[in-house]
Amino acid sequence: MKVATVFKLGQSATLRAETKRPPMPMLKVAKYAVYDILQNRFVLAYMLFLLVVSMSFFNLENDPVKGMMSLLNIILIVLPLVSIVFATIHLYNSYEFMELMLAQPLRRSDIFMGQYLGMAASLCIAFGVGVGVPVLIYDGSGSGAILVLCGLLLTLSFVSMAFLATVLSRDKARGIGIALLLWFFCTILYDGLVLMSMFAFSDYPLEKAVIGLAFLNPVDLARIAMLLQLDAAALMGYTGALFQHFFGSVTGGGISLLAMMAWIVLPLWWAARIFQKKDI
Amino acid sequence: MLHVQQLSKTFGKIQVLSQLNIYVERGQAVAIIGPNGSGKTTLIKSILGMVVPEEGTILFDGKPVGLDAQYRRFIGYMPQIGRYPDNMQVGQLFDMMRDLRQAAPEGLDEELIHAYRLPDIYHKTMRTLSGGTRQKVSAALAFLFDAPVMILDEPTAGLDPLSAEILKEKVGREKQQNKLFLITSHIMSDLEELATDVLYLVEGKVVFLKSMQALRTETGEERLGKAIAKIMEQQRH
Repeated sequence: MKVATVFKLGQSATLRAETKRPPMPMLKVAKYAVYDILQNRFVLAYMLFLLVVSMSFFNLENDPVKGMMSLLNIILIVLPLVSIVFATIHLYNSYEFMELMLAQPLRRSDIFMGQYLGMAASLCIAFGVGVGVPVLIYDGSGSGAILVLCGLLLTLSFVSMAFLATVLSRDKARGIGIALLLWFFCTILYDGLVLMSMFAFSDYPLEKAVIGLAFLNPVDLARIAMLLQLDAAALMGYTGALFQHFFGSVTGGGISLLAMMAWIVLPLWWAARIFQKKDI
Repeated sequence: MLHVQQLSKTFGKIQVLSQLNIYVERGQAVAIIGPNGSGKTTLIKSILGMVVPEEGTILFDGKPVGLDAQYRRFIGYMPQIGRYPDNMQVGQLFDMMRDLRQAAPEGLDEELIHAYRLPDIYHKTMRTLSGGTRQKVSAALAFLFDAPVMILDEPTAGLDPLSAEILKEKVGREKQQNKLFLITSHIMSDLEELATDVLYLVEGKVVFLKSMQALRTETGEERLGKAIAKIMEQQRH
């Protein structure tokens, strides 16, 4: 038995000597994830849809600011929906791919983050081409850049939520259900709840609380950032003025950017933690 | 080489593996047998790190698995049902695996790729392949990296007789290279040809881990199927 052990150790030494980590395995996984996503024509269709919509908005309105206002509604509703639903469905369909990866010398975190990078890059490029390029051509102002930035950040955060929805349930139908609920909550339900509470507590000064509430929803953060850019805050009365005062300041802008980042990082971190312990 | 200690795993309320202990070395070809649901695939998936056990450790070459994925460099795995990205072409799949494994071309073992004439179907997508052809792809992939540990889950199920024979001959040759084989199968005659040792699992517990030789002398039976039946019989009394 002892002799066998010594022999075994000798062998281990040779095995370890060969061990070397491939450079950036995460990027490799991401590369193949992008290949896989591009095989599916959906992302291309999404890009063309955005391109057609943005071009037509800018051509219909003489004032690029009005065009951007119309575009904003698309970004706040359609973009989260497409990002979360497509990412969820695609990740469920990639289980085979991940199973294959897991039998290779790749860490779970590299596999998961590689998938995220691939999905995020594909959707961000689609958005960049579909909306970024027209905005640059027709508007080219700082508000245009903010609009594109908001769209990119929203894409990232909804892809994070999609990954969370996927790891929360093994069942595809349930996962897509969770994804749709998240979307519904962020884009529609949340505003309704805020409005209701404002109405119910209208006797109290709620403006500051409303600023706080905006942080709990990435869509609201993007919406406020954009409305301030487009000078629509003036239409919102005292709350608008307060928003302007807070979000328009450098600190406020910085804090809302950080909050958006949190909406990207936290769901993804939670999802990665679950994935680390998940049976495939 | 591979040391499984006190491994336990439950799926929901079902205890799939309970306090499993095994130790196997290079040069052995271990047949893992047991009734359906006895935990064979779960054991294999735990060794590969696909299933995360609740308790116990798996030492691969003295190092616990789960800390680092690099040990999988030394494992070739042929799954029970090979599931691959649907839209990927066969050739692309092989290219991707080479790329991911960072394998040097001279270290590759392409014998099965040629024996199964896979280059002829490199342009086909995985979606269009039949179950048996997928199995051939899985087998060729498992052996491609000349890994010292080979894990084959139901390797011959779904293969036509000729292809199964090619695979068995391949295993026979590789066994001589001081490799460790873990093979699950329900086909006793296949295992009889290939295995040096038998691991019998029932309800996630090890009933026995014995060499073929010991099994034959103890039971006085030449055929593996009969020998196991006899042991099960003895245990009932």
